[in-house]
Amino acid sequence: MGPKATISEVGEEIVEEFNFFEDWMGRYEHLIDLGRSLSLIDNQYRTDDYRIRGCQAQVWLRASFQNGNIVFTADSDALITKGLVALLVRVLNNRKPIDVLNADLNFLDKIQMKEHLSPTRKNGLDAMIRQIRLYAVGFMQTSQAS
Amino acid sequence: MNTVLKTAHISFDGLDQEDVVDRIRADFPALSLTVNNHPLVYLDNAASSQKPIQVIERISRYYSTEHSNVHRGVHDLSQRATEYYESSRDIIRDFIGARSRTEIIFTKGTTDSINLVAQSFARPILNPGDEILVTHLEHHSNIVPWQLVCQQTGAELKVVAIHDDGSIDYDDFEQSLSERTRLIAIAHVSNSLGTIIPVKRIISDAHGLGIPVLVDGAQAVPHMQIDVSDLDVDFYCFSGHKMYGPTGIGILYGKEQFLEKMPPYQGGGDMIESVSFAGTTYNDLPHKFEAGTPNIAGAIGLGTAAEYMNQIGFEFISEYEAKLLERATDRLSQIEGLRFIGTAENKASVVSFLLRDSHPYDVATLLDKFGIAVRSGHHCTQPVMSRLGIPGTVRASFAFYNTMDEIDVLAESLQKSSRILFS
Ligand SMILES: Cc1ncc(COP(=O)(O)O)c(C=O)c1O
Repeated sequence: MGPKATISEVGEEIVEEFNFFEDWMGRYEHLIDLGRSLSLIDNQYRTDDYRIRGCQAQVWLRASFQNGNIVFTADSDALITKGLVALLVRVLNNRKPIDVLNADLNFLDKIQMKEHLSPTRKNGLDAMIRQIRLYAVGFMQTSQAS
Repeated sequence: MNTVLKTAHISFDGLDQEDVVDRIRADFPALSLTVNNHPLVYLDNAASSQKPIQVIERISRYYSTEHSNVHRGVHDLSQRATEYYESSRDIIRDFIGARSRTEIIFTKGTTDSINLVAQSFARPILNPGDEILVTHLEHHSNIVPWQLVCQQTGAELKVVAIHDDGSIDYDDFEQSLSERTRLIAIAHVSNSLGTIIPVKRIISDAHGLGIPVLVDGAQAVPHMQIDVSDLDVDFYCFSGHKMYGPTGIGILYGKEQFLEKMPPYQGGGDMIESVSFAGTTYNDLPHKFEAGTPNIAGAIGLGTAAEYMNQIGFEFISEYEAKLLERATDRLSQIEGLRFIGTAENKASVVSFLLRDSHPYDVATLLDKFGIAVRSGHHCTQPVMSRLGIPGTVRASFAFYNTMDEIDVLAESLQKSSRILFS
């Protein structure tokens, strides 16, 4: 196995994947498929403690720290949101906290999905990204302290 | 009785309904917008309607050449502003068939009107153990103000049950009335399901027991001719922005016999007759309830909106909107896996639905990509959603400017969305 792809490399990979589709309908179908294939958050974590309130859609997010990397599992009750959650997990999962904090999420713009991150959408994604960053900060402090 | 403006119909003679709607659409600049590369199909009218150019220009004219503070100046501009503001009150009085202009209070909207009645009418008369009656269908704006006043007084909020189709359980209503019931607060039309509530019958039954009734008419006024005298309703509340008028303005109609006795809701300028530190005497109705500089432009724009609706005519509005509802019900029922939420016999032009097991958010997001504005979620009616065991719905709500073609676009786009979601 070669070296692990960086966050921006995975982002580029996603952009290429989406470029394959000619119209937005194809892109959304693909996004929804990706959401379907996201391994669900363990039912025991599908609770209020891990819930990010989005008002319209709900997102659950759990993070753990393994061998210096953050492992994310997540879920959403809406398919489009879940697809976007799957993309975020795909790029950010199993990364060092510092890389997560510095992550460039521009790929979402390039696949024309960035509008979904607006807080006015009330779908929990904007809050999810904030929560991801908080986890990264938290784990960074933990790892520096030990 | 509604009298003054009955004659002012736009001449639709010789035009068929489609041509009339084309003419109407030309009055609404927002209806020619393009959204996500599609012509906008605006089906979120229950949340707020678009504005005709007549209203927009009226507000613009007011700010351009007629603005000054009302009720205070002897100078010409102030006199004129006051005149327009007050004549808008007359238009609204006529629009809803009130007997006296003193019964028409300008507020910020339905929510503000209900809060005014909760604090100024209900609070002083409520004792611990007294009851206020609402239904399971209410908008949060017709629940929370009563919860607040119940907390303040020790009174209790009782809730009338609904049937699965979204109509109210009249037996339960009758059984819920007691000698402790001090007020009934009820929607005229449900915003999330479209159910038309038989408020006239409710009012008559309530009055038989000496109980006053407040009607939340936010969703009724845009669709049907309201005659508060005929209804014999005690308080009637509605918002300007849902009836083609401006935001931030609404109406509280109240019977004079109640308004006279009620203490002011807020203190400030305009609501007083004289102020001293020994005591203040309040202004007469309706000014007693309009503290501070009011939303003058809003009130004037609201008057124009009411005139606009009168010109279109409620006969046309009801007839045409019923057709839109029928078409939507017919087209959408052909979509596999689509389930209507709210199927009462008497409905305003609102359809709420779910598509298979999909989340309303997904459906609304995809419809937006097709240029269609609908609403998803609980529509500020969480109790009715939990009563029906669903987190929310997709809601398409129609206005007299929507077309049959737009409904077909909605149906086709729902088919396409279904393919995207379930392929
Ligand atoms: C039935 C009903 N009541 C009250 C309201 C609140 O109206 P506003 O926000 O204009 O005060 C609404 C608006 O959504 C409504 O539909």
